[in-house]
Amino acid sequence: MSDTQTDTILRTVGLAKRYGGVHALEDANFELKAGEHVAIVGDNGAGKSTFVRQITGVEQPSAGEIYFDGEKVEFKSPIEARDCGIETVFQNLALADDLDVPSNLFLGREERYFNLGPFSILNERKMLAHAQDALRTTGVKIPDLRNKIRNMSGGQRQCVAISRAASFASKLIIMDEPTAALGVQETAQVENIIRTLKSRGIPLILISHNLRQVFDLVDRIWVFRRGRIVGAVFFKQKTAYEIVSLITGVKTAVDAPNFA
Amino acid sequence: MTEVANPTKASDAPPVRRNRPAEINVLIGLVVIAIIFEVLGWLVQGQSFLGNIERLRIMILQVSVVGIIAVGVTQVIITGGIDLSSGSVVGATAMIAMSFAQVSTYPRAVFPGLTDLPVIVPIAVGLGCGLLAGLINGLLIAYTRIPPFIATLGMMVTARGIAKWYTKGQPVSFPTDGYAAIGAGMTPVLIFIAVAILFQLILRYTIYGRHTYAIGSNEQAARVSGINVERHLILVYVIAGVLAGLAGVVLSARGLTAQSGMGVMYELDAIAMAVIGGTSLAGGRGSIVGTTLGMLIFGVIISGFTFLRIDAYYQEMLKGLIIVGAVVLDVYRQRYRGRN
Repeated sequence: MSDTQTDTILRTVGLAKRYGGVHALEDANFELKAGEHVAIVGDNGAGKSTFVRQITGVEQPSAGEIYFDGEKVEFKSPIEARDCGIETVFQNLALADDLDVPSNLFLGREERYFNLGPFSILNERKMLAHAQDALRTTGVKIPDLRNKIRNMSGGQRQCVAISRAASFASKLIIMDEPTAALGVQETAQVENIIRTLKSRGIPLILISHNLRQVFDLVDRIWVFRRGRIVGAVFFKQKTAYEIVSLITGVKTAVDAPNFA
Repeated sequence: MTEVANPTKASDAPPVRRNRPAEINVLIGLVVIAIIFEVLGWLVQGQSFLGNIERLRIMILQVSVVGIIAVGVTQVIITGGIDLSSGSVVGATAMIAMSFAQVSTYPRAVFPGLTDLPVIVPIAVGLGCGLLAGLINGLLIAYTRIPPFIATLGMMVTARGIAKWYTKGQPVSFPTDGYAAIGAGMTPVLIFIAVAILFQLILRYTIYGRHTYAIGSNEQAARVSGINVERHLILVYVIAGVLAGLAGVVLSARGLTAQSGMGVMYELDAIAMAVIGGTSLAGGRGSIVGTTLGMLIFGVIISGFTFLRIDAYYQEMLKGLIIVGAVVLDVYRQRYRGRN
């Protein structure tokens, strides 16, 4: 099966995940175009996070295929996905509280002066400079980068996590509920970062419960319900009412693209 | 102290909250405790506590062997683990290393054919035994996922058993001059200083150090960031084991004899030094500078009790209180550090 559509970044065909007898995800046919920002919405237990876990290598799918950047991929770990250019902002942030901003940005891929294995000496100056650049491009303002994450507000932490993803993601960023725990202004700041990514042409998959946010930010909305994709809508053609109908199952019209 | 993040606070003008280094507080503690003993000295004994250089020299010499262990234990605790085996590993390595360091003129050497060996042999044997103990600890903790407390408790009992079994309880004595030199005079203190500086620099400036803090801070984050957590933990426990082995060599050289009971309770003293020095039992925080200060506090208190002629039994009890007190202080610090 060859991927002739070169402008498709990510495509899944018949992706499924079963935990024992529980079908958490069934026959998911998903696609993401280059530069496109999409949202995944759905009720709790609709399969959103399960879907993300499959495409980021956190779990391995029970069935189906994943095509990333034109090639079939089988990620065995999140690190493999990351090495392919997929960065994920996890719901639980995945930051080390006792380290400062540059250390977190570069965690697991530290800059070093010369290689002495684990005892390589860190190039802190370079990491600090890169961190400043990364935060500038994402529009994040943090007064003291050498401050520990522990001493920062929830919004600052989230901005660090997103900057980290944004500065390394070459091909795709996935954000799982990035503003779930944030206040109004901090949410606005995160949304601004997402717009910056859009203008830089980096594709994004946003998982969110916040329909207002989804309508503001993305080009296309994928609706999940009970482990299946029940709709892929360009919101400009649809009303919020219709999306909610899909999420809740009042309406079952499926206009997801057919790859068969 | 930081408060829980206030979500309504404007993100574009957040307050800069940067705590002063924990080591400063420990240093203040050290100075205060020393001054208390100085005052008590004049009141009770009519003489200076700090003014007696010989007393301070003995104090430093006494704590520096445990200090070598504490350097390794600190790193283990920073990863969120614990090492209860270090004291027993000291005992076992002291016995085994000493058996390769005996002079030929001693008729009852453990290995009559292996006497008068160059000093590098017993040192290598001692460090190797420590390495092996640390490797077993690390493998158990990283791959069987049993808690470090249990894994190292097992090693604690086993290593003590080995120390006793090795010569059926007989002490091992009469080392070569070269071996004895390792423990002579202030050499143990110099060894401690070298080890402490080395690992302070490694923890602060290398990838190993950064990952050690990262794992203790948020193991999940470390994992998804691509750090090989298992391999790193093994390395940390191996380093702790090697340092315990080094302490065993130094201790036996200093005593000119090795006994199977050497190093009993050293693991708790080392943990206490680390915790007093600001290393958090929850992981992620601590430094060798802090542990060194913790070691000095420990030494000053023990030396101060002796100076005040407090009975040795009371000293033991007070030491227990200090260890518990340090942990209570750590828990108290946790509660007020603004963790979400």
